[in-house]
Amino acid sequence: MLRFILRRLLQTIPVLLVIVTATFFMLRLVPGGPFTAEKAVSPEIQRNLEAHYGLDKPLLHQYGAYLWDITPKKFAPWRLFADAHGDGRPDYDIQAAFGINLGPSFKYPNRTINEILADKLPASLELGFWAILVALTVGITLGVVAAMKKNTGIDYAASTFAMVGICVPTFVMGPLLVLLFALQLRWVNASGWYFPEDRILPALTLGLVYAAYIARLTRGGMLEVLNQDYIRTARAKGASETRIVLRHALRGGLLPVVTYLGPAFAGIISGSFVIETIFQIPGLGREFVNSAFNRDYTLVSGTVLLYAGLIISLNLLVDIVQVWLNPRLKFE
Amino acid sequence: MRAFAPTLLRLLAVGLLILPVACRRAAPSSDAASGSSTPRKILQLGNGTEPQDLDPHVVTGVTEHNIITALLEGLVTHHPSGTGVAPGVATRWETSPDRLTWTFHLRPDARWSNGDPVTAHDFLRSFQRILTPSLAADYAYKLHHIVGAEAFNKGDLTDFAQTGFSAPDDHTLVLRLRQPVPYLLDALKHYSWFPVHLPTIERHGRADQKGNRWTRPENFVGNGPFILREWLPNQRITVERSPTYRGETTALLDGVVFHAIDNLDAEERLFRAGGLHATYALPPHRVETYRRDQPEVLRIDPYYGVYFYRLNTTRPPLDDVRVRRALSLAIDREAIAQRILRAGQEPAYHYTPALAGFTPETKLAAPDLPEARRLLAEAGFPEGRGLRRLEIHYNTLDTHKSVAEAIQQMWKTGLGIDVVLRNEEWKVYLDTVNRLAYDISRAGWIADYPDPHGFLDLWLSGGGNNRTGYANPDYDRLFATALDAPDEPARMAVYRQLDAMLTRDQPVIPLYFYKRVYLLSPKVLHWVPNILDTRGWQYIDLNTASGEMKFQD
Repeated sequence: MLRFILRRLLQTIPVLLVIVTATFFMLRLVPGGPFTAEKAVSPEIQRNLEAHYGLDKPLLHQYGAYLWDITPKKFAPWRLFADAHGDGRPDYDIQAAFGINLGPSFKYPNRTINEILADKLPASLELGFWAILVALTVGITLGVVAAMKKNTGIDYAASTFAMVGICVPTFVMGPLLVLLFALQLRWVNASGWYFPEDRILPALTLGLVYAAYIARLTRGGMLEVLNQDYIRTARAKGASETRIVLRHALRGGLLPVVTYLGPAFAGIISGSFVIETIFQIPGLGREFVNSAFNRDYTLVSGTVLLYAGLIISLNLLVDIVQVWLNPRLKFE
Repeated sequence: MRAFAPTLLRLLAVGLLILPVACRRAAPSSDAASGSSTPRKILQLGNGTEPQDLDPHVVTGVTEHNIITALLEGLVTHHPSGTGVAPGVATRWETSPDRLTWTFHLRPDARWSNGDPVTAHDFLRSFQRILTPSLAADYAYKLHHIVGAEAFNKGDLTDFAQTGFSAPDDHTLVLRLRQPVPYLLDALKHYSWFPVHLPTIERHGRADQKGNRWTRPENFVGNGPFILREWLPNQRITVERSPTYRGETTALLDGVVFHAIDNLDAEERLFRAGGLHATYALPPHRVETYRRDQPEVLRIDPYYGVYFYRLNTTRPPLDDVRVRRALSLAIDREAIAQRILRAGQEPAYHYTPALAGFTPETKLAAPDLPEARRLLAEAGFPEGRGLRRLEIHYNTLDTHKSVAEAIQQMWKTGLGIDVVLRNEEWKVYLDTVNRLAYDISRAGWIADYPDPHGFLDLWLSGGGNNRTGYANPDYDRLFATALDAPDEPARMAVYRQLDAMLTRDQPVIPLYFYKRVYLLSPKVLHWVPNILDTRGWQYIDLNTASGEMKFQD
């Protein structure tokens, strides 16, 4: 297993290199740059700006410098949680921990990309965590119930829920939930990310879409497993229905869900721009999309790199969990 | 076989592994906007996108302006009435008879938030900083009125003592101008003229380069009515009343929270939920609803800006003034304002917005289809025949699209010419316009100071913001005489002539004059409309008593 993980990790290096290179050059090919503005700046100012950010050097030189900056130069992960700024929370500083310097931001001149990612990623991950929790709880429960009560009213109701959840886009669902719970009932705030209750609506909006998929996958997986011989054996031995489901069927029935979780998690953390905008959450999704509009070269590259790293790690994690759940698979 | 419950626990554990510290952002601060039970008066404002920075020598935007005017104060400040200036750090000032030398007398009791006195030397060092070439400040050109400032900014002059900025003593500041600038006082309200506390900046990095951390809440030192308390990027910036701001006119509010909300619909919902006292703007599609249901919170204020189309005068057939005039005359501006914009926008029949003391006389008699058709025929395109297909470029936004579609239709039915629409993402669109790679492009201009000068200097030959290829030596010559005009009526007469030239030559097609459309709670007191939409936060107050109140202004 260790060899498997190590080999997979080694494989990520060329993948990341391709991603970084493609992002770097594509950004520079796009019309307009970080200093393109509605009000003209004088050629002198333009030159000084470019000199400050090193854009006056040849492109290949810039590329080489960037590659060196993002290459890890040390290994001190414990320093991620140090609090050098003294603001009472960990810095998540990958410069101090690994010597990775993603550069200064073009749009926000007093912030570094390291700082922005460390500031914004936690909100996105937290939102993703609650959303996955909602998705798994609601999705698996509905899927199991639907499978057990196959072709009854309950099954149809669960399937209807799943179809609606898949069909209604988040940009409709979000404002609808706000309208009901924030503007009519006044139970929660309309937007913001300040209090624990601010997590409820975004997590529901994002989670229910995935819950719908998970419910369908669980139902399918469970139906397949419930027809297997070993379930019949369990039934013959007189096990209760609850025991059959929880102890025998669920593990196999959830396999399709686990396969789905990797991409789902990646989608949730990288694609929550809409949710983060509707609820004004200070997450990385918003920062990522806006950075592309702003041509904030370093912020786009840094975010892409981070997402790539996260998605690769998540897929690896899913592979490991799959082998662990399904004894027929091996680490090869 | 293992049981399900532990399996679920393991799955949860996997999730927890990648969950950092949950809820760590749960904010300390307190006051809900509508909380009338709290005695503290905190104004909650929607403030558009996240500010770039709070360094007045680095930023360029409007959202930054709003916050910086709360934190720093220049020689003069906003007048409570919304027009003109009030004494800021300077209590009085005089000009020499030739109007080239301005002397400002600073108040002796002005203090930075760390207790240091605000002196004329602070201003000098700040002016020097924004003009330093290596800082590459976009707005350094605003100080170019001063003798030697431009040369210093370009690096041609390295001794700042040789410029027209000087401080005979700690409380006197002298500015020597290249030529008279009648609107100088209004221009001084812009943050590019604000002082910064250099010792603080130097403590946190180099003062002559971007990337300094002095604007963080724990570092910030200012001289404005408020001090920076908290800055949560993409969330909010909180300022509190400064105890060191001049005693007799201390701010009325306990604090202001500037919410960085980059989505107008989300902002409107937050206002409805009672989370904001004022929004940054209102989405156009909500205007009708508010006009019908809640007219008391809907604000439609004049705004000193114009929406127009640039015509690329270097490309045939738009190099022919008859074609340009024909296109302009065929547009029904009334219909655009009434049916598309629907928030009281004023149709524009000339380019420079009117202002107290300045009313353009020459106006387009549009729509005038017979005249438009005649001009087009005269140019060799009777009923549009032989005219190549033109393109309208606009940056992606619903309003721009609707306006362009209406104009496309008007030109098709009125002149028989075909136009294609092309929308581009903001930076791509800017790039296209900069390279003159367009036929017709949507544009807007909002002035930084209330004077026609800032609208008319765009069309000088080769000007950086011209971007139409329009070059008229007569225009340039006439413009050069404006600031030397003996008095204000004479100066305004020059601007009227310049505006008439634009109406005649039509390098741009004016379409409408902007309005500021936003929501404002009746609890906010002393909020005055202002054509630049900037205000002195020290004058604003909140009615914390329960029950609704009428507007005060």
